[in-house]
Formats: sequence, structure tokens, C-alpha cells
Amino acid sequence: MKSFELHCHVGVGPSVTGEALVADDNFSARYDLDRIKGIFSRPQHKLFGQSYVDKILVFNTAKGGVASAWMLHEMVSRKLAPRAILFNNVNPILAQGGALADMALCDRFAEGDVTQLIQTGDRVSVNPELGLVTVERD
Amino acid sequence: MRLNNEEQAMLNGEMGEPRRWAMDHMIRVGRFFDAENFVPVAQAHIMADTESLGEAGVKFLEQIAACPQDQRRVRIPMITDPRGIDFCHYKRLKQTDLMASLEQRTIDAFEAMGILMTNTCINYQTIMPPVRGEHLAFGDTGVVIYCNSVLGAYSNFEGGPSALAAGLTGRTPRYALHLDQNRKATKRYRITHQPKSLSDWGALGGIVGTRAGSYWEVPVIEGIESQPGSDEMKHMGAAMASYGSIPLFHIVGVTPEAHTLEAVSRPGLLETDTISKQDFDSFFARYGGKGDKVDVVVFSAPQLSIIEMQSIADLLDGKKIHKDTSLLAVTSPVVAADARRMGITERIESSGAIVLEGMCFYQSYAREMGEANGWKRLMSNSAKLVNIIGGYGYQPTLSNMEDCVASAIAGKIVL
Repeated sequence: MKSFELHCHVGVGPSVTGEALVADDNFSARYDLDRIKGIFSRPQHKLFGQSYVDKILVFNTAKGGVASAWMLHEMVSRKLAPRAILFNNVNPILAQGGALADMALCDRFAEGDVTQLIQTGDRVSVNPELGLVTVERD
Repeated sequence: MRLNNEEQAMLNGEMGEPRRWAMDHMIRVGRFFDAENFVPVAQAHIMADTESLGEAGVKFLEQIAACPQDQRRVRIPMITDPRGIDFCHYKRLKQTDLMASLEQRTIDAFEAMGILMTNTCINYQTIMPPVRGEHLAFGDTGVVIYCNSVLGAYSNFEGGPSALAAGLTGRTPRYALHLDQNRKATKRYRITHQPKSLSDWGALGGIVGTRAGSYWEVPVIEGIESQPGSDEMKHMGAAMASYGSIPLFHIVGVTPEAHTLEAVSRPGLLETDTISKQDFDSFFARYGGKGDKVDVVVFSAPQLSIIEMQSIADLLDGKKIHKDTSLLAVTSPVVAADARRMGITERIESSGAIVLEGMCFYQSYAREMGEANGWKRLMSNSAKLVNIIGGYGYQPTLSNMEDCVASAIAGKIVL
């Protein structure tokens, strides 16, 4: 098993561990999700049809509107939410949403493009307070 | 973050739990973006439709609203983005009583906080346009990009919780677009095809937004030969923010911070990316459907100005919408009152169309409305709306206002 560390900016939310679901794509809770079913519902999204529940999601950046700031909180309340979201660069809305929902959320990785550094299926531990992400791969 | 005495007192809970929460929330966000301190803001604007809030979000607001009056009232003028329900029409749209109940609880909570229920995403056209240099905490990305770009105000995208925190405290963390160094152009575009219709302006916004692609990019656009008006800037900005999460653009010779290219960019520093007629054609081609049955034609996102309402009425005069197609024209309460007074609403609704006020289509349980009404193929002249609505299970078509109305009359997509 291979293990390595990635270093990012200080984030928001608690330390969590989970399985990565990665896409070289962008993210909006409003645009991309069926939040009732817990899946990506936008046909053009690279994760279309896949479940995001309890995953560590990894994307390039955030897109679109302000609704995600409430939606992460709403998703967490129904326990149909990702455990964390990692970005190369995030917009204020997702950071604000992570802060309200107490969901782990980090961006700005020193090692480069996080959508290339982490692979779907990796076991990922996120420590937003330290800005540290640990990746384990079989 | 450095706090002054008043900010520290709020954080300590000396001015009540809502302001303590607000300071704690904003410090988390400010730390994320390396804000050194706070900046006072003149107004706040909150997006909080109940589809986004859910039961959990409504309860969150009700907890604040239940606090003593001196603790729960916002400290600066604070207004609302469109709601999810028009109480006069929700049954006709097959929205449910549960949705209406959540809506009413949210309104009650906001009113207890002293928030003005303006219910609009065109406050810059109808309520109180910001002044250049004003620092604000505005929600709705279309509002933010318009106020930053066209009016020269200073606002980040403030999601509902952060806008509320700003309203409760009168300040927001000083990062991103509150700092002059982050307002310079980072991407340069030259157009070789001139937008004409509002959907063309939206397409231009969509193209630039897609290419620039990040909140941290600032596009500057050259080559525009006509003088865009408020509705053109509205559609372009809303689409740019939607496709690219862009909060600020410059147009050389048009927008206030870019009287010259040099004012927003050092000459020669940025490579020029050309946007041609082919790029516009490709953009529209993504949203096909010619000849398909059209279920619903929607004019919304952003809400319509009184000029757009008049244009729709002019196109519908003496005509009838196809029996199997719905046409929705969505506007703000202020514009709706004017439209009623001027007879514009009657002219639109005589065709069988519906004028909705104080809401926005995609913030109104669009998935549930679509399923309840059997709406699948949606047509709009809003590039922003067609970008959003695919995730809600619709097949969107984008064209100009004339084609949209003609399609609603024909019952099939006319392009």
C-alpha cells in the first residue's frame, strides 16, 4: 500500500476520513445534484449518476450560484452528504457553506492539481485545521 | 483576524447569540481566505429559497428569530433575493402546501429580524443601486457581478449564511473583491461578433465564464461596438457568474473601472483570446431541440425588468399560447406592481401566459414542478437558466425572446 501527504491551505470543518470520488470537473450543489437521491444528476457532469454520500469529493473549482451555502447544511441534516470536498481553488460560497454545515472543505494544494494527485477509490484523511490531507492507495 | 472592540464584544456574545454566531462564522470564512480584518458594509442581500434551506435551514433561521428583539435585528439595511413561492399562483404551478408552509415560516423569521422582503435579484434596477466604491454583502451571483462590474461596488459572493452574518454585524471579512489588488484583469477577450439580443449577451457571458472558469479570474472584454444597456449587462453578467463563478468583469470604455485597458491591466501582459461568431453558434447549438414539443417557456433568471415585460406583452398581443405549453414571465414585486398598473400584466396573461412575482423559476422547486406538470423540454432566452436547469431534469433550449414566444404559441421549438 502506498501512502503520501498533501499540503493545502487551512480549511473549514472537522477532520474526517473516507473514500475519494474524483473528477476533473467543477461543482455546484444546485446545478449538479439530486439531493433527494444523493447522486450527481446533471448529465454533463463527469460524475453523473454516481452517489456522493459519505465520499471525499475532489474537484477543480466551484461554479455557479450562492445556493450551495445553504444546501451543504441541508444535506448534512439529512445525512445524505459528502464527508469532505477538496478543490484546487474554491469560491467563497462553498467555503461559507462548509463553515455553516461543519463539513470539511479545503483548497490550494502545494503539490499541484489535486484532481490528478488523488484518484477515485483512494482512502483519504482530511485535517482542515492543519491543512493536511493523507492519501492511502492499494 | 484583527478585531476591534465592538467586533470582539460581538464574538464574546455580549450582544447576543445571533451576533456571536455571525462573528464566529465570518472568522472561519475570513481565515479560509486570509482576511486580515473586517470591512463595514452598507447593505446586505440574502438568498434563502426554501428548497435550498430545507427544514434544517428554516429551523436555523427560526432560532435566530426567536431571540430577543435587540439581539435578532439586523444592523444595516438588508433585503431578500427571490423567494420560492408566489402565494397567488403556487397551486396552479402544482407546488405543495408543505412548500408554502416552509416559505411562510421563512418570511416570518426574516421579518422578525427586520429584513425587508424585496424578493428580487434585480435590486440594482429597482430598489437602491449601489454607488461606486460602496462595500456590500450581496447574495445572488448575478447581483454581485452586476454591482461590482457595472456600478463599481465591492462585494464578494455572499451565500445566505454569510449575508445574514453581515446583516447582523454590519461587516464582512475583507478578502477577494474588497481589495483593489484583486480587481485587475487576469484574462483578456476580444469579440469579433456583436451580440444583439439579450440571449446573445447571455451567450457572451456564458462563453467568457466558461473560458475564465474561476472566481479568482477577472475578464476584460474588448471589441464591443454597441453601447450595452442595463438588461444586456444583466443577462451577460448573470450568465458569466453562472457558467464560471465569475464575480467581476470589465468592458473597456464601458464599465467604470476600465475607462482604458491600461486602467485594469498592464499593456502586453495578457494574451488576447478571440470570441467569434462560430463560438456563439457553438454555444447556442449546445441547447438544441428544434421541432420538439415545448412544455414550458420561461422568462426568468434574472427577473424581468419593466422593459422586458413590455417586450413580451408586445410579442403576445392578440395571440394565444398553445394549449399544451405553459409560458411563465417572472419578475420582481416592484416591476409586477408597475406592470399591473400599466396594463402589461393583463396583456401578457390574456394569451394564457402567467406572470409570477417575487420568485425565480430555478429557486422554486424546479424539479418537483417539472415532475408535477410534466415539463421536460424548457425554452428560455436566459443563458443562466438553461445552464442551471439541466440538473433539475429538464431539456433546455436557448434562443431569443421572439423565438421563445413563437415557440410557446406553436407548441414546439421554433428557431
